[in-house]
Amino acid sequence: MKREDATRQLLPTVVPGVREVGAAERQPDGSQIFLTTRWEKLLDAARKNSLWPFPFGTACCAIEFMSVVMSHYDLARFGAEVVRFSPRQSDLLIVAGTVTDKMAPVLVRIYEQMAEPKYVISMGACACTGGFYRAYHVVQGIDEFIPVDVYVPGCPPTPEALLRGVVRLQEMIGSGETQYQRNVAAQKAAASVGE
Amino acid sequence: MGTREQRLAAIRKSFPDEALVAEVPGGDLQTFRVDRKVLVDLARHLKDDPDLDFKLLLDVCGVDYPERAERFESVYHLSSLTHGHRIRLKVPMPADAPVVPSVYPVWRSADWFEREAFDLMGILFSGHPNLKRILCHPAFQGHALRKDYDPGQRWLLREGEQDEPVWARAVQEDEDHFETQVLNLGPSHPASHGTLRTVVRLDGEVITQAETEIGYLHRCFEKMAESHTWNQVIPYTDRLNYCSSMMNGVGYALAVEKLLGVEAPPRAQSIRIILSELSRVMDHIVDIGANLNDIGAMTPFLYMYEAREELYTVLEACCGSRLTMSYVRVGGVSHDVPADFGEGVRFILKRVPQLVADMERLITENRIFRQRTEGVGKLSSEDAIDWGWTGPCLRACGVPFDVRKSYPYMGYDQLDFKVPIAHGGDTFARYLVRVEEIKQSLRIVEQALEAMPPGPIIISDHNVALPAKEKVYTEMESLIWHFKLVMEGMKVPAGEVYGFTEAANGELGYYIVSDGSGKPYRIKVRPPCFAIFQAYPHMLKGHMIPDAVAILGSLNVIAGELDR
Repeated sequence: MKREDATRQLLPTVVPGVREVGAAERQPDGSQIFLTTRWEKLLDAARKNSLWPFPFGTACCAIEFMSVVMSHYDLARFGAEVVRFSPRQSDLLIVAGTVTDKMAPVLVRIYEQMAEPKYVISMGACACTGGFYRAYHVVQGIDEFIPVDVYVPGCPPTPEALLRGVVRLQEMIGSGETQYQRNVAAQKAAASVGE
Repeated sequence: MGTREQRLAAIRKSFPDEALVAEVPGGDLQTFRVDRKVLVDLARHLKDDPDLDFKLLLDVCGVDYPERAERFESVYHLSSLTHGHRIRLKVPMPADAPVVPSVYPVWRSADWFEREAFDLMGILFSGHPNLKRILCHPAFQGHALRKDYDPGQRWLLREGEQDEPVWARAVQEDEDHFETQVLNLGPSHPASHGTLRTVVRLDGEVITQAETEIGYLHRCFEKMAESHTWNQVIPYTDRLNYCSSMMNGVGYALAVEKLLGVEAPPRAQSIRIILSELSRVMDHIVDIGANLNDIGAMTPFLYMYEAREELYTVLEACCGSRLTMSYVRVGGVSHDVPADFGEGVRFILKRVPQLVADMERLITENRIFRQRTEGVGKLSSEDAIDWGWTGPCLRACGVPFDVRKSYPYMGYDQLDFKVPIAHGGDTFARYLVRVEEIKQSLRIVEQALEAMPPGPIIISDHNVALPAKEKVYTEMESLIWHFKLVMEGMKVPAGEVYGFTEAANGELGYYIVSDGSGKPYRIKVRPPCFAIFQAYPHMLKGHMIPDAVAILGSLNVIAGELDR
């Protein structure tokens, strides 16, 4: 076995699918501690474990969102407790409640104001599909206007359901399945075809 | 409390002509059919005559009867706090000229109610100072609650078409007064719980002008109710004031029961009282917590939310849902309470007062809190009544009006409780009233729990309530009733009723018109915070932006109820 292959076997791999860039120097005590990954993977790992939600709370679901943030359910356990009311400071838009036609331009504006990368959780039946308000002033699902990553059903969803939604979003960020990441990948692919 | 004859005589003193003001016989409230020519004069007479003294205009709404020659009807509900009586006025008008004089000069509470009737029904109120759409967006075409409007017809609003006050668009007149600026708060703003928008003009830091825009959560409750059966409306009522959903359902069920002429069995009434009062506690907890949170005190919110989680546990055990309960049915409640219900409620009765005491120790004598709230958002009792205020906000102005005491329902007269009032009329007074109401509500729960009788939880009238499941499987007749109730819905006799209860924010009224079919013909909700919130822009003048936040929190405006 060549020396290089032996070194490769000793490498700690934290994120699967990594490609090492080279062997590290041995420490004075003989250990070799370092991590290799891709830059995007590292960023995604950081992003998914520190989501900053913007609660776009309009209705009943906003009350349940409050329950999720409060001490009993405690969203902080999943690294997403820094609730910001400024779209500039947040990367997760949680649309909690019914969005009406009057509110829709506001929602789009807020989504556009958020810095990239950004993710969207649609919380509750109204935000997902309009719920049982099949009527003249209600948006029949916010995906008419903005892309949505995770739909959380329920009227309102239980706090556990929203927590599951956040965890699912974290999984999606880790595996690159969110709308934002897919858009970026598609743009990159298109650019490489053009070259 | 005068009789119908006395009130009629007091009106006939000034309006002897039967053709102009006619009494409609029967009905749940004394009703007068008024010609629109004399409406404002009659309104003034009703308000100023000491024998009538209708200082409180509760509700204005429109009803559409396409078959009638006079297609539209504008309906007014009036209440006198001194005499304790109530009347209803109806003003018919033809389809080609749906114009009626505005009563805004008489009662300021007509302001938003008339705008709403214009928006949804297309009734024009001549003389109204600001008659424009209030709930639907400015790009909306047509009037949604007219019977010929398709419920599914939507209109898109684009970014540039949003409404803005005229004074905010105009160029500043005094350019050299450079500290004047227009500031927009909301509709997505951390302190606007839900979706409320206020545009203010500031001189330095002082608010000189304000206008409020609502309707961002107009979910078409009233239109939806017209296409559902009577019991199917109950889930929609839950989402009016979603902080205390039980009370909306109770108010609705009581109104329909009044129209049907039935009464829920004592055990159901008892369950309704207990859960309503627990909901009131929940509502006040959120309001106080959010108000404190807005003005910088996060800790009490965390304490109060623990209490709320305990309350959720009991509600969830009863009906399976934490927030939107859908537990009430017309004629009773859907299930019996679980076996350990008493245990759970007793735990709450023990635990919640401790948490409230903790919060009070932190807040009530806190100097920062007192300075932020005392004298802020002050309103006199006359103004409050003129704006149509009810509930804790009115009681904080020193008016001891509580529907539970003045017009007892569901056996509230059997229970021993006090109606707390405060005299400041400011944000601090509203806080004090709410804290005391939490304690009184817990007293009510304690008594109602002790006195909770055994027995059925829903009436056995098969025109109203579903028969028991085992009977449906074994008896032919029950199976037929079950089929008819599920397929057609219950038949409510034709007529109209105004049912009112004391919800967490004040008087929650349901004006219901039935045409005898399986679906409501028209349901108009009289949401308490609609009347309260219309005074808000007028209260802001002379205050600063942080005060605006404190005032808004103390009014407890729930968008679901405000916009429906």
